[in-house]
Amino acid sequence: MKAAIPKNRMRDNMRTATDHLATGLAILATILVVAPLFAIFGYLIYKGASSLNLAFFTQIPKPEGEVGGGMANAIVGSGVLLAIASCLGVPIGIGGGIYLAEFGRGTRLANAIRFTADVLNGVPSIVMGIAAYALIVVPQHRFSAFSGGVALGIMMIPTVTRTTEEMLLMVPNSVREAALGLGVPNWRSVLSITLRTASPGVITGCMLAFARVAGETAPLLFTALGNQFWSLSPSHEIAALPLQIYIYAISPYDDQHRLAWAGSLVLIALIVLAVSLVRYVASRGILKGAS
Amino acid sequence: MLACAASIFCIVAFIASELISQSQMSWHASGLAFFYKFNVDPQTGLPLFWDPVNGVFYALPFLYGTLVSSLVALVIAVPLAVGVAIFLTEMCPGFLRGPLAFLTELLAAIPSVVYGLWAIFILVPLLREHISPILIDIFGASGVVKLFGWTGLVGDNGLFGGVNLGLGLLTAGVILAIMILPIIASLTREVMSTVPHSQREAALALGATRWEMIRIAVLRNARIGIVGSIILGLGRALGETMAVAMVIGNTAEIHRSLLSTGHSMASVIANEFAEATSDLHRSALVEIGLALFVVTILVNGLARLLVWAVTRGNPVRVH
Repeated sequence: MKAAIPKNRMRDNMRTATDHLATGLAILATILVVAPLFAIFGYLIYKGASSLNLAFFTQIPKPEGEVGGGMANAIVGSGVLLAIASCLGVPIGIGGGIYLAEFGRGTRLANAIRFTADVLNGVPSIVMGIAAYALIVVPQHRFSAFSGGVALGIMMIPTVTRTTEEMLLMVPNSVREAALGLGVPNWRSVLSITLRTASPGVITGCMLAFARVAGETAPLLFTALGNQFWSLSPSHEIAALPLQIYIYAISPYDDQHRLAWAGSLVLIALIVLAVSLVRYVASRGILKGAS
Repeated sequence: MLACAASIFCIVAFIASELISQSQMSWHASGLAFFYKFNVDPQTGLPLFWDPVNGVFYALPFLYGTLVSSLVALVIAVPLAVGVAIFLTEMCPGFLRGPLAFLTELLAAIPSVVYGLWAIFILVPLLREHISPILIDIFGASGVVKLFGWTGLVGDNGLFGGVNLGLGLLTAGVILAIMILPIIASLTREVMSTVPHSQREAALALGATRWEMIRIAVLRNARIGIVGSIILGLGRALGETMAVAMVIGNTAEIHRSLLSTGHSMASVIANEFAEATSDLHRSALVEIGLALFVVTILVNGLARLLVWAVTRGNPVRVH
């Protein structure tokens, strides 16, 4: 009996030690994960802010090797591409989400579509680029802003569909029943009551999809192609901010590296702004008023 | 609305049909051998996989590069991601939970080209100057070589032999690990939080320490979902393009060393598609894209099914 006590105590000590070790490892893992984030943001702000100036926003790129210039055409080009993408992705995505949440809820078809949307979400962006290339660039025999916008738009559809569906499902059934009880037809109830109640959530979902495709480079490589000059035409090659960052990052000139950092800072600032806005709106419980 | 929803089917079908029709030429040229054959360079005697000038197109080095860099990424990311998920769900004081979860999600919002930029200018020098020399020393130490020489993984011809350029499979793996971490961590967290509290309380009531409770009650119950989230992370790693293309070195060769340069399926498309020299070249690139498409669909489908099996009814989202 007496011999058993120290043995037990030793085992207890071992268990406590293992517990502390596991806690320590978990904390270490968290630090290791957060460290690259701070490293990336630190360098972006350090290198990017020192390179940002008025010329960055107002001038187009200088010829290779010359100092100075900016990315004005790339910023505007990104805007054009994202506008085309949103025109395609947002309406189709919202429509799909409404079908999944309202008209087709629980049906086998809706489940299959939901699964397909999730899978489509995981298809590499470069494959989307090939698809847009085959769809538009090959028949037209030219690279164009339109084909880049279509590639990005296709990428937005599954994301928008799934967020819209989730937001609509959060609308309480009593709201729908109240509308139907007043004799409103179902389609009217869906569009004017349910969708309107969920609209802040739907908008944040669209912004999330927007932020995601805003940083995409791969599908633009052989659709929008990039452009060193001003272009707003959807049927010509157009510059885009992520594309320009890529081209400058792998170039041999220091001044172009500087511009790449500045461009990244601008891009990240826009994306983080969008994501934080989404989180802020989501955390305030936008749908509370409805329930 | 049905048309909008059905368009998602159409998009997938359209992508598949376009990829298949555009890759016909390459398929007729080499068939299934595209993925495993290679020519031998008559001058050097080395295997020759990919030579657009002479019309040699075999995809083996790209499969190898994609697979190896993704595996390296998983080896680094999985323990860290599970650690973060455990810390955030089970150990973290309440006031830290929100900000930390936000920070890990922020990692997912950074575009891959920015990761690539950071990797070129910060990570590559860091690995070249500080981390790779340590790995070379460990794997090249005479004692280690004597003990594990038979595995072929140590010494000059091992995992960390050869020229230390900074660019290469290891660097690609590290940057991929950073990129897939938030996906695995947030999904694992979600799966772990669906484990009922009664399970945790039961384990604690039996006298388990906190770690034992996590091991017995949480990890055991959530294991299928965790595997699902890891596979989902793998799917993302397989298709990741820009960051990999910027640091993997872009040489269509196969070396055992992780320090050597390579090429991945996505990065070769990104590098060569816009300036493909011949129709056969373009067709071969599309065939690689088709392979990537099929693999990611299978991997994602499997992962969704696993995650769905655990969180049944509550849809799980990744951004």
